[in-house]
Amino acid sequence: MQVNKEWTPTIVAFCCNWCSYAGADLSGTNRLQYPANVKIIRIPCSCRLNPMFILRAFQRGADGVILCGCHPGDCHYTTGNYYARRRMTLLFSMLEYLGIERERTRVEWVSAAEGAKFAATMNDFVKTVTALGENKRLEDLRCKE
Amino acid sequence: MQKIGVFVCWCGSNIAATVDVEAVSQALAQEPGVVFSTNYQYMCSQTGQDLIRDKIKEYGLTGVVVCSCSPRMHENTFRKTCEKAGLNPYMVEIANIREQCSWIHKDKAEATEKAIILGRAAIAKVQLNAPLQAGTSPVKKRALVIGGGIAGIQTALDIADAGFQVDIVEKKPTIGGKMTQIDKTFPTLDCAACILTPKMVDCAQNENIHIYAYSEVEAVKGFVGNFKVTIRKKARFVDTTKCTGCGLCTEKCPQKKVPNEFNLGLDNRRAIYIPFAQAVPKVATIDPDYCNMLKNGKCGVCAKVCGANAIDYKQQDELIEEEYGAIVAATGFNPIDLSKFNEFGYSQSPDVVSSLEFERLMNAAGPTGGTLLRPSDGKHPHTIVFVQCVGSRCDGGEKGKPYCSKICCMYTAKHAMLCREKYPDTDVYVFYIDVRTPGKNFDEFYRRAVEEYGVHYIKGMVGKVVPENGKLKVQASDLLDNRQLHIDADMVVLAAAIEPDKSARPLATMLTASMDTNDFFTEAHPKLRPVESPTAGIFLSGACQGPKDIPETVAQAGAAASKVIGLLSKDHLLCNPCTAQPDEMMCNGCSSCEKVCPYGAITYIDKEFRGPNRTTLLRRVAQVNPAVCQGCGACTVACMSGAMDLKGFSNRQIMAEVDAICK
Amino acid sequence: MQRVKEKAIELLRSGEVSRVLGWKTGEFFYDLTPAVFESVEEVEKGFVFSLFSGANLSKYLIAESKKEGKIAVFLKPCDSFSFVQLQKEHRIKRENIYAVGIQCDGMCDGESLRSAGCEGMTGVEDGESLTVHTLYGDQVIEKKEALLGKCQTCKSKRIVDFDELIGQQGEDVPSDRFAEVAKLEAMTPEERFAFWRTELSRCIRCNACRNVCPACSCEKCVFDNPVSGVQNKAVADSFEENMFHIIRAFHVTARCTDCGECSRVCPQNIPLHLLNRKFIKDINELYGDYQAGADFDSRPPLMDFRMDDPEPSVIYTRGGAAK
Repeated sequence: MQVNKEWTPTIVAFCCNWCSYAGADLSGTNRLQYPANVKIIRIPCSCRLNPMFILRAFQRGADGVILCGCHPGDCHYTTGNYYARRRMTLLFSMLEYLGIERERTRVEWVSAAEGAKFAATMNDFVKTVTALGENKRLEDLRCKE
Repeated sequence: MQKIGVFVCWCGSNIAATVDVEAVSQALAQEPGVVFSTNYQYMCSQTGQDLIRDKIKEYGLTGVVVCSCSPRMHENTFRKTCEKAGLNPYMVEIANIREQCSWIHKDKAEATEKAIILGRAAIAKVQLNAPLQAGTSPVKKRALVIGGGIAGIQTALDIADAGFQVDIVEKKPTIGGKMTQIDKTFPTLDCAACILTPKMVDCAQNENIHIYAYSEVEAVKGFVGNFKVTIRKKARFVDTTKCTGCGLCTEKCPQKKVPNEFNLGLDNRRAIYIPFAQAVPKVATIDPDYCNMLKNGKCGVCAKVCGANAIDYKQQDELIEEEYGAIVAATGFNPIDLSKFNEFGYSQSPDVVSSLEFERLMNAAGPTGGTLLRPSDGKHPHTIVFVQCVGSRCDGGEKGKPYCSKICCMYTAKHAMLCREKYPDTDVYVFYIDVRTPGKNFDEFYRRAVEEYGVHYIKGMVGKVVPENGKLKVQASDLLDNRQLHIDADMVVLAAAIEPDKSARPLATMLTASMDTNDFFTEAHPKLRPVESPTAGIFLSGACQGPKDIPETVAQAGAAASKVIGLLSKDHLLCNPCTAQPDEMMCNGCSSCEKVCPYGAITYIDKEFRGPNRTTLLRRVAQVNPAVCQGCGACTVACMSGAMDLKGFSNRQIMAEVDAICK
Repeated sequence: MQRVKEKAIELLRSGEVSRVLGWKTGEFFYDLTPAVFESVEEVEKGFVFSLFSGANLSKYLIAESKKEGKIAVFLKPCDSFSFVQLQKEHRIKRENIYAVGIQCDGMCDGESLRSAGCEGMTGVEDGESLTVHTLYGDQVIEKKEALLGKCQTCKSKRIVDFDELIGQQGEDVPSDRFAEVAKLEAMTPEERFAFWRTELSRCIRCNACRNVCPACSCEKCVFDNPVSGVQNKAVADSFEENMFHIIRAFHVTARCTDCGECSRVCPQNIPLHLLNRKFIKDINELYGDYQAGADFDSRPPLMDFRMDDPEPSVIYTRGGAAK
């Protein structure tokens, strides 16, 4: 069944509960389209995103991982996204250093009012990752059927 | 192994038109742990909820997955449904197949496949869910109002009337705020002081209200129901318990050249002063920047003349710690600094004044005793030009603000009208972009200014004001007549844009309340929750939330008060049970989690553990206060050993979702 | 060199401490391992401080400082950074420790001498240049050629915290320790991927790096914890090595003092320090210079932020790795 189908990337989007998840909902409410290969995981705050989750996603076959959180200064928990910003900057830089295509990871700040931005971001991210092709460098082949 | 029930909602055609709900419920029925799977037209309806409840009982479900709209819509609904059926409410997970699936995809096959994957992720998560109990935290039945203007005063009075203790913190020596400086109020033209000062006195006399004047909030800790606030009571160098407010010191003080901020520097006061006659509290304050005694130890006149022996040159700032259940921000506004507006000559001529300065020049208690005189030569002005929107509605400019300051149209009409009424020999011009008069009796008021009082309203902006030979040469354009105007004015009055008080930004940081790009406090919902901040327990009153006139401010102040009263009338608040929890066996005691916790919810204790060979080991381990923890999860990532985990969003749960999605 | 041993004996004899943490000789003269000595006799018999005392002793204090009685420890400048970092993290009980700082001008090991061309070594005389006694006669080599990798890029001669000093207090010294990182950054992603694939695929998951690292001192490592979701002990596949090393490097970010022990002990000679140094270099460039363990008060950069920190997209646009 998979054979005939055109390959599309698997994208995991981690969204903070207060801004970006609501932004994603708003893009739904406004019927703004983005590809179905984006799957959202709700986390309370961008600072909940453990680098391990990102590596795990890549290990299990994700082709791109994006983190969306409140704009810096607007964090529901005041400071969470500031920590997330440093963590992700360093982690992404490390992945890039290891030779992993840097376009596979992204952080975008999306407020609850930015449904359009959410959809646009996802469209763009899917386009970028599709152009990169399958994630072979980080994927754990053992876990693919 | 959990026994999981899956309930797929059609949401009428909202979901069912794009997602094959039957296929979803069948596919999810095959997932490990799923013992029951069905779909129904409206899961959130009473029948839908009954269905869930019946199946929980029938199958002895230990976990429920609802594939429906966003958890932001109905998570609570379904949690309550399960609770009624005897299932722990936190054993419910929602797969968002409406906002994040059916509404954004057109291809039915694609959307159905995605819905199944989202369902699988929710099932994988619920497998690892654990029953959670929401704890409770007590509510401290005392409110803090920050800012003692009309907004703060009204809020405090309303809260106090309901029988709760309330403290007002005001950074100036007296409460009253901007309204004390205003002469008359639109559209009724009644005197501001006459309606405000009784309220100020009420505040002082109300036994439920405590006023911390000349004080500032220094630090805020805690959370809704349990804020701990440090208030800095600045040194007045006057013992407020002894001072009778007789004012003798303010007459005898030899330092006479202190710009009087109450009159916006249009006249002078002494180094020891009472801002104005009706100040509350009516006690003197020494200005340490000007007092000779404090600066170089030479003087002491006020201490000599004070019969009450209230002067204390050695007084220090005092730090007060108080606990509050709710906090109201009422920090108000200020006119913007006009010195950047060179084109209007504000810095070049004293006869170009801001509207608030004009209020003082018209006020009986002002520097001119209520007679309108030019600041430069004290002569009566005959031609007055009012310029509206100075700094308001500026697009992208560095000098001004993008928003409409809202009150300027009305007070300018008021000023123009008062001028013409008191001095019928004056010519009054008002330059405007638009005249905005939405409000009860506002348009009638403006029309009276034009029709009855003969104020010249000219649509157009003033281009330039040049002081020349004691006159102000005003160049302007009349857009309706399409011509250039040159007016020789005696005075020019600038309707300065208003901006939030500078103290609001640092305060917002302390309160963890959010602000917009203009530094106005953000409301929890612009339409439905206009007086609440998104941060629980923080409420908004007055112009700190956006430009407002007095009636609006008072209405919002009352609304904020009623929200506070609603909160304070509860004895306990339910806590979010999704809090961080350390595994003590794995905790390194390294303090990493404590450093990133925004709430100070983490502390450390030395605890005895069993070591090898029947020894005991004393180890430093983290403790989380579940009443303080808000569940952001910052600590869980800072924790290297993974000892810290978040209930409801645990490492394993999120990892299980990742696995289900990436499969 | 002898003064160190004498100091150990003196401290035990005077009763100032009941144990001494130092180095003891192994099968070969260049094969020194950390050890605890409980008596003067033990010290006299086994204690060695020599050109081969490269091992950083600070990590052992986590367990040793919690035992009965006071323990003396000998710390070279780089070790003292780890010592301070561990104190900042409340991992060791300072009051149970008598810290003796030793100035150092670089350490060697058997391998570093072998790679400098020595075979069948029987002894070494320290000095400006090293005289190596071998089965085939004496060999004189430049010391800097035989230094440990971590000593070749020594960053500081300063001993951050000590109770007593043997030798002179030193200062931070200029070091080009980021040169190798910069070289990698200048490569194409494909070249970097190939480089790391070659290096990391040699990993046998022996956990030597983890065990020696003073920053890797968790009560229980996430990779050993069945509930962490990433538990794995065997060398299962190529990704898991990557994941282990990435996560390990991330966990020690801003806590790693760059003591270089990970690379020193790796039996497969994987340049693991280049992962840690990448993080250090990034932190220095993005958030301002930071040296873990250099003081007691500074806030670790990952537990800190500035409102105007660069956005993660900075890695797309800045030089180095983004080329």
